[in-house]
Amino acid sequence: MSHQSTHNDTYNDILAFVEHDRGVTQPISVYRSTSDLTLVVPRDLIIEKLTKLKNDHHFIYLVDMVGTDRFVEGDRFEVLYNLIDLKQGRRVVIKTLADEDDPVLPSASGIWTNASWHEREIFDMIGVHFTDHPDLRRVYLPEDFDYFPLRKEFPLLGIPGSIDLPTSTPDQEASS
Amino acid sequence: MIELEQKSAAPTFFKKHQESFYKSLEDKHTTLEFEDNDDPLNSRMVLNMGPSHPATHGVLRLLLQLNGETIEKAKLDLGYLHRGIEKIAENKTYQEFMPYTDRMDYLSPYSNNVSLCLAVEKIADVEVPDRAQYIRMIGAELARISAHLLWLGTMVMDSGAVSFFIWTFREREKIYDIMDQLAGHRFTVSHARIGGVANDITDDAMALIKEFVQTFPKELKGFHSMLDRNRIFVDRNVDVGVVSSDKAIDLGATGPILRGSGYAYDIRRFEPYLKYDEMDFEIPTRLEGDNLSRYYVRMEEMHESIRILRQCLDRLPKGPIRANDAKQAYPSKDEVYYSMEGMIHDFMMTDTGICPPDGAEVYHAVEAPKGELGYFIQSDGTGHPWRLKVNAPSFRNLQVLEHSLEGASISDTVLIIGSIDPVMGEADK
Repeated sequence: MSHQSTHNDTYNDILAFVEHDRGVTQPISVYRSTSDLTLVVPRDLIIEKLTKLKNDHHFIYLVDMVGTDRFVEGDRFEVLYNLIDLKQGRRVVIKTLADEDDPVLPSASGIWTNASWHEREIFDMIGVHFTDHPDLRRVYLPEDFDYFPLRKEFPLLGIPGSIDLPTSTPDQEASS
Repeated sequence: MIELEQKSAAPTFFKKHQESFYKSLEDKHTTLEFEDNDDPLNSRMVLNMGPSHPATHGVLRLLLQLNGETIEKAKLDLGYLHRGIEKIAENKTYQEFMPYTDRMDYLSPYSNNVSLCLAVEKIADVEVPDRAQYIRMIGAELARISAHLLWLGTMVMDSGAVSFFIWTFREREKIYDIMDQLAGHRFTVSHARIGGVANDITDDAMALIKEFVQTFPKELKGFHSMLDRNRIFVDRNVDVGVVSSDKAIDLGATGPILRGSGYAYDIRRFEPYLKYDEMDFEIPTRLEGDNLSRYYVRMEEMHESIRILRQCLDRLPKGPIRANDAKQAYPSKDEVYYSMEGMIHDFMMTDTGICPPDGAEVYHAVEAPKGELGYFIQSDGTGHPWRLKVNAPSFRNLQVLEHSLEGASISDTVLIIGSIDPVMGEADK
């Protein structure tokens, strides 16, 4: 598609990332689905690359972070960073994978402060832990909850008894 | 209104959660601060505000550590309105999910509908007729005015003038009447459909919109003359809740908060959707980053919305209001009732819905009244999304609140919350 190739020109400096790391065992791959250019970066390189994007390529604005459950063995979870370069007006998505048995990623909150809450949300919903996070608590659900609701095995109706609810009659509450 | 909670009182409910929440406040900035234990006047205390507090605009809960009247540290607790919208979305077809988006940012349901539709249309490659795009723009701009009017009323009420709230609600009532005529509902409209809109704009709705566009600028001028040089209002808001431009970007602020801090970042210009690239409008921006600059940004945005509405009304083209492809959009009711194919297609759309290609991913954002509202969708080729993530502007702006409250006075807390203008339905998903 001609439109797509001209659009890619503005991303040449980002695509150089991929060329640079071609010799590594786990190379960076790149694809464009329906919307934005997406780079899949291995997790041990993620902080290095994100810092580089912010410092050298002006991606100073973290718009969103998404955690997804691919429901496959091995690298089961995905975390996406949606970044914006305000100087050139472009958007790029960085994706990294987390392992099923040991879902741990380094925190990006040292690069963009607002990654903090997004990471808390991913931890809350998917159960990916972030190392070096300033305050990794659940953001929506109470700490007393033991499950991760956006994992695919979590039933839509919830798990009965997983959260104790207040007694519904005021009298009981007063007497207890 | 504000209840004082003794740290020693053992929590009876969600014990672990309460303890970790209080502890997180205690731990905040501990590396930076020296803890002085002698406090002879006993001026330090921990204040729990909310979740059901009339000035927190919903069920926001704040935990504030005070030193006298100054807030030393603040922590926010979300989730009191968490309904698991994203989990629900994975079990619904795309069209079935739309009524849920109404209940996210319930002050501007039209923008949410449009946002979801645009994301689905992008991932499934649906062509939308021009007339439908213009109707969506009209609805979205009316929703913006409606949401900003609610903010204006509550913010002025927070700074002390209660009657103002009634006046902005009188104007909002007109928008509700328009929505009633345009979409058939006053509040949760669900008017957009994937591939177009539910029904064409009626003559009654058109007349009401034209009247509103005529009369509203006068009202807005009245609001301006009430507040712009109002000593009490200005003194309460100037230099309060300052978010510097560096901080705004670092904390991920969006919408009027980011524009009030100096960045002219508006999705309508940054990544134009619908027909915004053909529209002539300004992006109001201020540099100060305080409450008053956010006030000006939002007031001027209402002016710009009226400008866009005028252009939409002038240019509204004739034509169909929904994609004429039964595999992509609902057929019209005429077809459903009078032809067999129409009925089959209607059934298929309801049962299976639109199926984007397997493995496709999309992120599409619109400029909602609160900021950038984006939908991330991952498809597995079925009629249900594999993963649907909502990038809620209120959620991001609340994170700015947690930082901008620090150093503020306790009496300004309510005002700062008002100027951040969070909607908990959206922030909590």
